[in-house]
Amino acid sequence: MEGHVMEDIFPVRVLPTVDRQNRRFWTSGEEGRLCIERCTDCGAWIHPPTGICSSCHSSSVEPTVVSGRGTIYSFTVNHQPWFGDIGPYCVVLVDLEEGSAAQPLRITSNLVGTDPDDVAIGMPVEVFFVRCDDVWLPQFREIR
Amino acid sequence: MTGRAEHRRRSERDAVISGIGQSEVGRRLGRTAMSLTVEACLAAAADAGLTLNDIDGLSTYPGGVMDGLNPGFGGPGTDAVQDTLRLDLNWHSGGHEGPAQIQAVINAAMAVTTGLARHVLVYRTVWESTAQGSGGRQGMGGAGGGRARMAGSLQYLLPFGAVSAANWLAMNAQRHFHTYGTTRETLGEIAVNNRRNAGLNPKAIFRDPMSMDDYLAARMISTPLCLFDCDVPVDGSTAFIVSHRDYAPDVPNTAVGINAVGTALHGRPSWDQRPDMEESPLRAAADAMWARTELTRADVDTAQLYDGFSIITLMAIEALGFCAIGEAKNYLEGGHRISLDGELPLNTAGGQLSAGRLHGFGLLHEACVQLRGQGGERQVSGEPEVAVVANGGGPIAGTMLVTRGVS
Ligand SMILES: [Zn+2]
Repeated sequence: MEGHVMEDIFPVRVLPTVDRQNRRFWTSGEEGRLCIERCTDCGAWIHPPTGICSSCHSSSVEPTVVSGRGTIYSFTVNHQPWFGDIGPYCVVLVDLEEGSAAQPLRITSNLVGTDPDDVAIGMPVEVFFVRCDDVWLPQFREIR
Repeated sequence: MTGRAEHRRRSERDAVISGIGQSEVGRRLGRTAMSLTVEACLAAAADAGLTLNDIDGLSTYPGGVMDGLNPGFGGPGTDAVQDTLRLDLNWHSGGHEGPAQIQAVINAAMAVTTGLARHVLVYRTVWESTAQGSGGRQGMGGAGGGRARMAGSLQYLLPFGAVSAANWLAMNAQRHFHTYGTTRETLGEIAVNNRRNAGLNPKAIFRDPMSMDDYLAARMISTPLCLFDCDVPVDGSTAFIVSHRDYAPDVPNTAVGINAVGTALHGRPSWDQRPDMEESPLRAAADAMWARTELTRADVDTAQLYDGFSIITLMAIEALGFCAIGEAKNYLEGGHRISLDGELPLNTAGGQLSAGRLHGFGLLHEACVQLRGQGGERQVSGEPEVAVVANGGGPIAGTMLVTRGVS
């Protein structure tokens, strides 16, 4: 996975408040990697990050690098001009390959570089990042 | 699972809805939220045969602190209303963390049945049309303006241009289409049905006839949801008086009994993290409600199901068990079952899609209107006795079974 930084499709984004809890999720893109919180006792993934394992309630959790690959669980092509006329854009729910059907490891993001008409559930995708101020937002593109 | 829902006392039956009231409803009325609220509250008290001196409880959703994200979403809080009306209260509650909008009514019923209050005034006020009016409907968090940063769960949605529930629920719809072969026409049956009913409701916002072709030709908001899959922001307030059933014989209009409520929430209370997004979080609440009553789905004479977006209603029909999960396409085919003279007349006032986004409370109001036989041109024939109401349906939901007369 090459996590290089690309131009953003949005003129402006609502950005997260970076804090101790979520810092690695929102900034590890600087290193070209996606980090998700994981329990070091039982191995469960925790997203969004809470500092507590939802499976075994351990506090021994750490942001852990994932492959950045997954499949599209669902998507929508937005046409409403919330941001002015920037054209249709694609919001995706990506189930990362580290998760399972019963306990998906899922993040909301954008699919970039694929014609909106061609987006499909099940499509394999990989992460890249766009920088906005102090956060590196995970974005996805189709694995062709 | 022993010791859960089926073994509980069904205390909600000790409460009735003794009065209903609704303010003027419209787009960009330019009135204050408090003015709308007081109009609805005074109407409800009068309808219940009470004066404000009789009111000893006050309840609302979502409370007075919810306007920041979404202008006009929150009405005045209970403290502001208590002060304006100079109420003396034995019990009061306002908030948004619970089984959706209808939690305010359920809380009121619990206050009445525990003896903390005798007559609770419950209200829900929206003024999104005036607050967001000039620029049309807004995304959350000031999407266009690069406003404040976002904490909490929305920080994982809004940065990606998923700035509206339209975007979030579109992804539920996409899953449902993918898994079950549901189509835009399936959602269209709900929109067309609600519009037809709105034509019979003088207070509805959109009353012009809408055909399936009109629906399919509407502009896309967020695929597969088009303009007519989304409700219409309005200004308006709806109020109820929830009283102890002892008062039912003195109610000037027909008392509406609270037969059973569904408040359960299983799984993750999240817009994007539920493993099976084809299915509504209403499922658990609905199962809990049916476990609290001897009434069955066949007893239901009308359904007033949340329609902030048409897909919510579709998932609610399935979650409540009127058809199996994934069967809505067949159930809704042709729209006959949900029409005014069908087996399950749905959103008989036009729902939020066509009558206006009164945010859950409009649907309970219409259930009461129908059970009281006051539906006028849109009255369900045969004196309906049982109505089901569902609220919410994104990350959380609540439901209620109400009856003509005490339950
Ligand atoms: Zn663990």
